[in-house]
Amino acid sequence: MTTSTTEVLAPPTERYTVLGWLRRNLFGSIGDSILTIIAIWLTYAMLKPSLSWGFSVAKWTVIADNLKLFMVGRYPAEELWRVWVVLYLLAAVVGFTWGAWVKGKEKAGYVLLGIPVFLALLPFSPTIRMMILALDLFGFLGIILGRRDNPKFKNWSIISLLLYFPVGILLIGGLTGETGFLPTVKPDLWGGLMLTILLAVIGIIFSFPIGVALALGRQSKLPIISWFSVGVIELVRGVPLITILFMMDLMLPLFLPAEIRVEGVIRAFVAITLFSAAYMAENVRGGLQAIPRGQYEAAHALGLNGFTTMAFIILPQALKAVIPILVSQFIGLLKDTTLVMILSLFDVLGIGKSVLGNPEYVGTAKEVYVFVAALFWVLSYGLSYASQRLETSLGVGER
Amino acid sequence: MAKTKYSTEEAIPFWRDERVLRVLGQIVFLVVAVSFFYYLYNNMITALAAQGMTPSFEFLGRTAGFDIGESLINYVRSDSYARALVVGILNTIYVSIFGIFFATIFGVILGVSRLSKNFLVAKLSSIYLEILRNIPLLVLLVFWYSGVFITLPRVKEAITFGPIFLSNRGIAVPWGIPTETWASYLIILFLALVVSIVVSWRLKVIGDRTGRPPLRILWVPLTFLVLAMVGWLVLPQSPLEIEYPALKGLNFTGGYVFSPEFMALLSGLVIYTAAFVGEIVRAGIMSVSKGQHEAAKALGLTSFQTLRLVIFPQAMRVIVPPLTSQYLNLTKNSSLAVAIGFPDLFAIGGTSLNQSGRAVEVIALMMGLYLLSSLLTSVFMNWYNDKIKLVER
Repeated sequence: MTTSTTEVLAPPTERYTVLGWLRRNLFGSIGDSILTIIAIWLTYAMLKPSLSWGFSVAKWTVIADNLKLFMVGRYPAEELWRVWVVLYLLAAVVGFTWGAWVKGKEKAGYVLLGIPVFLALLPFSPTIRMMILALDLFGFLGIILGRRDNPKFKNWSIISLLLYFPVGILLIGGLTGETGFLPTVKPDLWGGLMLTILLAVIGIIFSFPIGVALALGRQSKLPIISWFSVGVIELVRGVPLITILFMMDLMLPLFLPAEIRVEGVIRAFVAITLFSAAYMAENVRGGLQAIPRGQYEAAHALGLNGFTTMAFIILPQALKAVIPILVSQFIGLLKDTTLVMILSLFDVLGIGKSVLGNPEYVGTAKEVYVFVAALFWVLSYGLSYASQRLETSLGVGER
Repeated sequence: MAKTKYSTEEAIPFWRDERVLRVLGQIVFLVVAVSFFYYLYNNMITALAAQGMTPSFEFLGRTAGFDIGESLINYVRSDSYARALVVGILNTIYVSIFGIFFATIFGVILGVSRLSKNFLVAKLSSIYLEILRNIPLLVLLVFWYSGVFITLPRVKEAITFGPIFLSNRGIAVPWGIPTETWASYLIILFLALVVSIVVSWRLKVIGDRTGRPPLRILWVPLTFLVLAMVGWLVLPQSPLEIEYPALKGLNFTGGYVFSPEFMALLSGLVIYTAAFVGEIVRAGIMSVSKGQHEAAKALGLTSFQTLRLVIFPQAMRVIVPPLTSQYLNLTKNSSLAVAIGFPDLFAIGGTSLNQSGRAVEVIALMMGLYLLSSLLTSVFMNWYNDKIKLVER
């Protein structure tokens, strides 16, 4: 009767064998097996033609020939070094911030540094490969600088991040008029992936203060201000982005005095900012509602008035809670910027369409659109993956 | 004595009285906002006057003078702008209803299969979701249109699946042509609908009384189908005659042809929105706590009953609000039809705008209509949401 406790059961081998795994996960029951077979057939039916198309039928030369167009559009070739500088600055600033804030986490850092190496493996010309690899150099320098033990570096990194965007836009747009060191490059010449990213970045930056103001307005107890904010938010959210783009494209020139001429890209910027602001307002409102009443009451008890309560107690907490949502809003905006193609601007999709208009590349629609889709996929998936990892490791969004 | 300090003579001056400041602040805001909008409006009127125009909607009655590729109602180019816009509205509604229907079915399948215990099924659907959610819809639409549907073979070499023809002119399918008895059949269908509603209500009463809810989702449609079939057989002539598409000259005659534009738009909208619906459904099902599963099991419910009576009603509460916004998104996203040439409201609005030169009026009209449809959808979904909320404790 007594079984000795030292009598050890045989290890549950089945759990670890391939067959056991298959049985549990794929062929648990008859229904399960049928599902598995259907799934295998589906995978095969989808994958086989796609792969054989991708490796033998597709003419990828259309991409290689027009790579510069896809990346920066009609941006003048002799000014391209400015785009590279902007990228290097980005690498340096991100490296510096990483070095100042993230201690340990070597693996994630290597992954980040690995991205340019991976890109350099793609079939580019040797010069471009070197230019891409130089990104790592700047990133690495930034990290080394940031790692120095200086308590002020954390603040400096935030300041450098904030400064980065205006500096980058000035570098791309130019500063010194027609001639000189940084001649102006008109926004209508910005194009390709650069324009897509700029539209999304500028849209999110400018919509941030407007969105916060609208969210506060919506929460306000003053009826006129809250009605106004609700009206703006619901109006913008109730119509498709394309109608807002269209409206700005046709009506902004009418709204402004006749002397002021606005370029098409700028009109798109305005429309995207307005659109993004309404959605931003709703996200920020979510953050505001997450603040417990006790915070307001405590601030009141300390003698803060309405304005100081908002500025020093509520907003800092609400905005911190909203940061993760902002990343997904940015990804959404990045995808939505493709709509400027309908206004015949040359974002990455618009470039794709215009390349297809070239008789030399007739019949390569699949190749072009698959490439554009892949670009967007890498950008959005990469961003959402990186932000998820950062959130968990840095505890952003937790209070 | 100290009391006199707070007497009315030394009340807070009005410029520091919060009640006064609130009103004043709002008045200032109103004045600034109104004068800003008046400034914009004034500029617009001046600019329009320079072109010799004043905003008015009377152009809607004029002849449109352009053709529309596909229309649910009769339309010729001599019809008015107003009728052209109605064609656009109907096309938008048409594609949105189809889109919402298929995206919901496909999305629910995706969401459920992502939670499947079957490793392969779960992985496949999660790969699908991750890919589709990170690609812009417009890229998907132009890919479907210029990469797939118009690269199909010409009509002469159309791919055939039985009576269905796939070609670059669209997809031709068999279609029912109403005969003389169609009108009486519609009455039979209506009666069948009434009977099934009565059955549904009776079953609910029985369920409430006995505590054993019958499978309404099975019995009610079955009643309807059986009655509809009996009606079909009883009538002397069958109410619909099936017409098969046939190749004649350079195009198909007979049957119904779905245009490549419509198919590209519908498939783009469906596979894109389904990915988001799938995530919502998954999140909804996962939001029901494990204890509910276990409690249902302990009560002796079968796994299907558990899903139908315990999990689903609770998951719906989480699913409906974000689902509403996905439906709204789909309707709004159907405006991207303009990029592939499907004549929806936005595309026809754009053409009318170019033809008539009435930018301000057409844009205002379009925005108003989209706003209206958004509001109507959210009113309906809020009503539905309130209805299922009653399940809550």
